[in-house]
Amino acid sequence: MSDHATDGVTGPFLLLHPGDNVLVARANAPEGTEVVLPGGSVRLAQSIPMAHKIARTAISEGGTIRKYGMPIGIATIGITPGAHVHVHNIRSGYTPTIALQDADGRAG
Amino acid sequence: MQGWLRADGRKGIRNTVVVAYLVECAHFVASEIVAGFRGRDVQLIGFPGCFPNEYAARMMERLCTHPNVGAVLFVSLGCESFDKVRVSAAVQASGRPVRTLVIQKAGGTRATVRAGQDWVEEALDEIAAVPMVPMAVADLVIGTVCGGSDGTSGISGNPAAGRAFDLLIAEGAACIFEETGELIGCEDIMAARAVTPELGRLLRESVQKAERYYATLGYGSFAAGNAAGGLSTIEEKSLGAYVKSGDSPISGLIKPGDIPPKGGLYLMDVVPDGDVRFGFPNISDNAEIVEMIASGAHLTLFVTGRGSVVGSAISPVIKICANPETYRALAEDMDVNAGDIIEGRRGIDEVGQEIRDLVLAVAGGRQTASEALGHREFILTYKSFEPIGPACLPGLA
Repeated sequence: MSDHATDGVTGPFLLLHPGDNVLVARANAPEGTEVVLPGGSVRLAQSIPMAHKIARTAISEGGTIRKYGMPIGIATIGITPGAHVHVHNIRSGYTPTIALQDADGRAG
Repeated sequence: MQGWLRADGRKGIRNTVVVAYLVECAHFVASEIVAGFRGRDVQLIGFPGCFPNEYAARMMERLCTHPNVGAVLFVSLGCESFDKVRVSAAVQASGRPVRTLVIQKAGGTRATVRAGQDWVEEALDEIAAVPMVPMAVADLVIGTVCGGSDGTSGISGNPAAGRAFDLLIAEGAACIFEETGELIGCEDIMAARAVTPELGRLLRESVQKAERYYATLGYGSFAAGNAAGGLSTIEEKSLGAYVKSGDSPISGLIKPGDIPPKGGLYLMDVVPDGDVRFGFPNISDNAEIVEMIASGAHLTLFVTGRGSVVGSAISPVIKICANPETYRALAEDMDVNAGDIIEGRRGIDEVGQEIRDLVLAVAGGRQTASEALGHREFILTYKSFEPIGPACLPGLA
């Protein structure tokens, strides 16, 4: 992770690391906002709250989600560019060393 | 940049007289002594407990022989368990002026306050003569903590603090990050950065210890509010805190009071060893900051999203505000507006450079926001640790 080209602002979204396949909203992004992605422009199908993520590229089922250049979870279904990436379509890739009921972000 | 040269070779960026109470029963008298020196560098610290605790004893020794400290006045009630002979001997051996006042022998509140203030006045004169010598970035120890975090902390303030750490480590500084309970899910990534595989294994174990400890206390690490704030998984949440550590290799694993032996990046294991006793590892942000200082931190970077106003006794705190709205609301309490990253005005690199430059300015004498406002928070409570083993600090032999 020596490449620090992280000053990438794309409208209301931030690219935190060049190796990431998600962008993070730096402000609330309304539905319909046009976002320029590597594969072309998309319009948001829903509003994205601040600090939430969208897919920067297509992510296939079972693919690793990368933020900060590091893995933050695994896609549970295919995710299209510009789609909201959150608890409904990714799961933790972490195996807790003890039983933590909330380790994958679900409450119990 | 110049620092006050201490007998152990370390250099301080401040020259403070510390007044330390050794039990809560002596707290008021100690604070009355300090109250007579408003606007001068006389600061209050202390330990409230009457029962003995090796951790507290060691922390107090480290804090009172910190390079930013010039002289120490201990205030004892008289019957508490704190080993005042041992701690004052440690300060004396460090070449600093030291005095212990025992309220039960000194004639009560007023007489002790008077005697204390007379001694502090003399100590201030005496330490004014401590020589100042040139100081380099490589002489600095810098800690980082976060508190009052929100969705912005992990995308602006923490990455910028991490960038500052990378710059400072490249110049030879020793930098410390901590809160192993917030690193659950980062074990493998972190272990891969260790300078030896054995250290990597120990880093992983320190997080596993934290995981067990917090589970025993009944606290998981991922709450519903985290998901509402945009976080999807435990590792995503943890990485947001972890990015404060930057990208440098991890040179060692230390515990509170262990001083980094040379420049580089160190993880501080703040979770007690053994059975869960005494409650939460650190009950508030200042407990974390105090542990950084006990490990020699000359100053601490504090990233906040919702907004903290604290400073610290002994070592300045640089507050990095991650959220632009919080910055506008609490501007007088903040040193760095990392909210600029959120609003697209500046990049992470630019804010990281500002933090690095500010570290040098504060080391050179500039007051931080909390210092100028008079914040000197301090808290020390009960904990217990086993000493670290040699594999925690590879490359020392």
